[in-house]
Amino acid sequence: MSDHHHGPEKGLMRWVLTTNHKDIGSMYMWFSFAMFLLGGSMAMVIRAELFQPGLQIVEPNFFNQMTTMHGLIMVFGAVMPAFVGLANWMIPMMIGAPDMALPRMNNWSFWILPFAFALMVSTLFMEGGGPNFGWTFYAPLSTDYAPPSTTFFIFAVHMMGVSSIMGAINVIATILNLRAPGMTLMKMPLFVWTWLITAYLLIAVMPVLAGAVTMMLMDIHFGTAFFNAGGGGDPVLFQHVFWFFGHPEVYIMILPAFGIVSAIIPAFSRKPLFGYTSMVYAVASIAFLSFIVWAHHMFTVGIPLVGEIFFMYATMLIAVPTGVKVFNWIATMFRGSLSFETPMLFSVAFVVLFTIGGFSGLMLSIAPADFQYHDTYFVVAHFHYVLVPGAIFAIFAGTYYWLPKWTGHMYDTALSKVHFWMSFIGMNLTFFPMHFVGLAGMPRRIPDYNMQFADFNMISSIGGFMFGVTQLLFLFIVIKCVRGGEKAEAKPWEGAHGLEWMVPSPAPYHTFTTPPDVK
Amino acid sequence: MRLQARRLVMLLTGLTTSPALWAEWAFNMPEGVTDLSRSIYDLHMTIFWITVVIGVLVFGVMFWSVIFHRKSRGAKASEFHESTLVEILWTSIPFAILVVMAIPATKTLIEVYDADNADIDIKVTGYQWKWQYEYLGEDVSFFSNLSTPRDEISNARPKNPNYLLEVDEPLVVPIGKKIRFLVTGADVIHSWWVPELAVKKDAIPGFINESWAKINKPGIYRGQCAELCGKDHGFMPVVVDARTQEDYESWLQEKREEAAKIRELTQKDWTMSELMAKGEEVYNKVCVACHQLNGQGLPPMFPALKGAEMAVKREMIDDHINIVLYGKKGTAMQAFKDQLSEVDIAAVVTYERNAWGNNTGEMITPKDILDYKKDGKYTGRHSQENAKEAK
Amino acid sequence: MQLDPAQKTILKATATAVGMFAFVFVVMVPLYNVLCKVTGLNGKTDPNPYKAVPAAVDTSRTITVQFLATNNKGMHWDFKPSTHKVEVHPGEIGSLTFYVRNPSGKDMVGQAIPSVSPFEATDYLHKTECFCFTSQPLLAHEEKYMPLKIIVDQDLPKHIKKLTLSYTLFDITDMNKKRTAGLQ
Repeated sequence: MSDHHHGPEKGLMRWVLTTNHKDIGSMYMWFSFAMFLLGGSMAMVIRAELFQPGLQIVEPNFFNQMTTMHGLIMVFGAVMPAFVGLANWMIPMMIGAPDMALPRMNNWSFWILPFAFALMVSTLFMEGGGPNFGWTFYAPLSTDYAPPSTTFFIFAVHMMGVSSIMGAINVIATILNLRAPGMTLMKMPLFVWTWLITAYLLIAVMPVLAGAVTMMLMDIHFGTAFFNAGGGGDPVLFQHVFWFFGHPEVYIMILPAFGIVSAIIPAFSRKPLFGYTSMVYAVASIAFLSFIVWAHHMFTVGIPLVGEIFFMYATMLIAVPTGVKVFNWIATMFRGSLSFETPMLFSVAFVVLFTIGGFSGLMLSIAPADFQYHDTYFVVAHFHYVLVPGAIFAIFAGTYYWLPKWTGHMYDTALSKVHFWMSFIGMNLTFFPMHFVGLAGMPRRIPDYNMQFADFNMISSIGGFMFGVTQLLFLFIVIKCVRGGEKAEAKPWEGAHGLEWMVPSPAPYHTFTTPPDVK
Repeated sequence: MRLQARRLVMLLTGLTTSPALWAEWAFNMPEGVTDLSRSIYDLHMTIFWITVVIGVLVFGVMFWSVIFHRKSRGAKASEFHESTLVEILWTSIPFAILVVMAIPATKTLIEVYDADNADIDIKVTGYQWKWQYEYLGEDVSFFSNLSTPRDEISNARPKNPNYLLEVDEPLVVPIGKKIRFLVTGADVIHSWWVPELAVKKDAIPGFINESWAKINKPGIYRGQCAELCGKDHGFMPVVVDARTQEDYESWLQEKREEAAKIRELTQKDWTMSELMAKGEEVYNKVCVACHQLNGQGLPPMFPALKGAEMAVKREMIDDHINIVLYGKKGTAMQAFKDQLSEVDIAAVVTYERNAWGNNTGEMITPKDILDYKKDGKYTGRHSQENAKEAK
Repeated sequence: MQLDPAQKTILKATATAVGMFAFVFVVMVPLYNVLCKVTGLNGKTDPNPYKAVPAAVDTSRTITVQFLATNNKGMHWDFKPSTHKVEVHPGEIGSLTFYVRNPSGKDMVGQAIPSVSPFEATDYLHKTECFCFTSQPLLAHEEKYMPLKIIVDQDLPKHIKKLTLSYTLFDITDMNKKRTAGLQ
């Protein structure tokens, strides 16, 4: 590079002090992948214990810590930071901005995370063990009956929350203020749109989670009784507060994925995205609906009939905008000129498998039927179908799509296709049988089960190990690509559109220091 | 290991060759044995088939494109990217389908909520980790514990077909009667679930929830706790034994006689070996989950009893009885005064003071426990009488 | 102070986040309690004594009111109603007692939490006198008969013929201590 003094610092301090959106984006991505492997190894412990009936590997209490930590780490450590990483890397380049609006805060919001997770994981080694009450931490199991380490868990959640809120404020400030001239809101790539809406969801609900854990803290240490019936409180209140956060939260984990897929499918169909405007409105309505459906997670707690009916109808309604999105993606592919490079493979799998997750979601929304599905493996199958091929596959797709831009090299396409097929088969093998055991009556979060569930669980475990091991291949592919490989052009995909492809590959340390002209 | 390999082979061959095998695997919601469970099953299947049809149509179009609109086949991309008509259609058609789904769903939901005019009321209380059933107005009440032997769980013995779905005392109910379940919890939230009855209701400490079932067919129906409730959440099954009205009534009669017999047993003079045998039985049923078979517990959550001060020092007999009767606040140790009879408590305390090398030689009798309940103090009066007689 | 547009955005976003945190405490919690009251959610009854209004007793129907007593974990007082049910006409007073005894050697404070099933009936079951309105301190080995007086409202929906009033007894000795310690 000619302008050497504008390049990155040398050594470790580059990463500690950096305010560059690309550096911070990379750190988020690596952190997220590390958490993905950590949370994944906990899933391997779970699948190993469930490989066959009987207790073989872990004690029930440790098993509960594994399911809890697996959920928390995957949600807050793997999926959310990965999307923030992608936002950091891509949003400034997509809207023609030189960097994020608040670069120093950006550095902070990243560096809080490793400490938050170090604290959270350290609870596993404390006396009494780590959190063992599920990632939903329902009171009073998480208050009066929780291990002493819960206080540290609460502190860790607060830190994650602060990090997410700072990241979200940054995204909003960047998108609303740093767009290149001519980049109107309705010209923004869908990834930017979905992230804008996600960021609003984040600042609306992460504080609610913070409120919930603060109430827990006060109940545990200061004698309040928010969630304790004996002191005039109500344990069900916890569930309402939690799911008021929790339902928007699951959309926080899927909306950016919609954005990624909406960039990739047109690129490899060589055809513009069908129904751009309706896509934006669909995302906005999904975000709105996410605030009025929370109690569908609680159909069995005893909600009055009217409430039950309201939440059932509202939940069913989500199928409409979600359907619009799926139809739009398919209409984009229809009569296109399709090719199936790795990002496209992951995106097509996303559409199919996410839709299957949507179907089971629709079944779950039917309150009377939910009395049978609730808290069984059917639910586990449902949310893994929307999160693994939903969030995770979209992150893979995005990574394979933009990796040449980040590293300046093409990756090993043959290996990446192996990665896709192994993940695809492994994932279905793991989670499809869970529908069956759930319907047949296997509750979730149990370390041992009756023999009637044995065969499907064994298949799930085999699929799980396969999916798990395959992710090491992904690590290898990425490292290989970072270290070298065929030079990537500025625009390695012929059908791709967007400002990010106008800068050379790898993207220089500073891009768009003078804003581009957007027609 | 060999067993594992054999199952794996069976599994693989089963998957590819034998559809008959599939029939033996439960892989759908049970139709159940109540009218309501039947409607829910029908609802489930209806929605399922609707999604299958939508799936086939949607994925059909998609795979059509994937196969025929490939670049490698020389497909040229069209440029269309908007159509208001199409957008309106695929917003309104799904909406109409949802309305069609909502009608039967709402109807069934209203039925589920109608617990009026019940013939029998049963209070169901969730505890860590067992259920208590109380027949309102019948003076019959008992706890229902997992009865699967620990050896089966630890793989030391082959597992029986009802592994983890069996209890010492099932809930016995009559068929053809509307049974209202009043569900509550005494510590954390549990959820009482029997798939065949399509009843799942959360047991919330402090509050009461209701649900109901009218069973059409006698039989034994098994379920489990459905809300994570701590360590042994996977080990608190629900078993419902539905009988004809006559069988149910004679069972009620038996229960009442049993209660009378227990009162008699409390007054009887027990010998050390009787108490030890009874104590071991009780211990293996209710204490073993936490304190373990060898009495060494799982410190620090569940302390050892073997060699524990409380279980060997004579002056701590009071504390020992107290903790078994009333539990210890802030720990997992719960009160057993309602769950265990005086006989059970005397036996298990005696057992704990003499098993695993705790050989204190001390004997606590049911009458001592009665005294303790009254005065809050162990006198040892009855034990000494017994000891004298033994000489 | 002049703010540029970016600063305004940041300010607004931050205010939203802070506002949502406050929202949990000042809106969600009170709103939930109001909703419980209106809908009878969890069968939570009025925490204050009902002032009986003179009204005709509706002798055309008889309502069965069942009583349940549950001890929450860690609370080992003896606790039971003198009768498991009473039958009353709407508008008529039904009375009974609950027996409690503290078998421990320590002074303790208990609190009974009422809950009515079906939820729909919650607002129609009035208590003119109840031990649940206040906490109940019992000395070591003390016992007590606590009175309860109820009235079923004349407006009780016709389809409800049976109500269940359940009490769960909690040990709040430690909670009281913590609370006082927290206040100091």
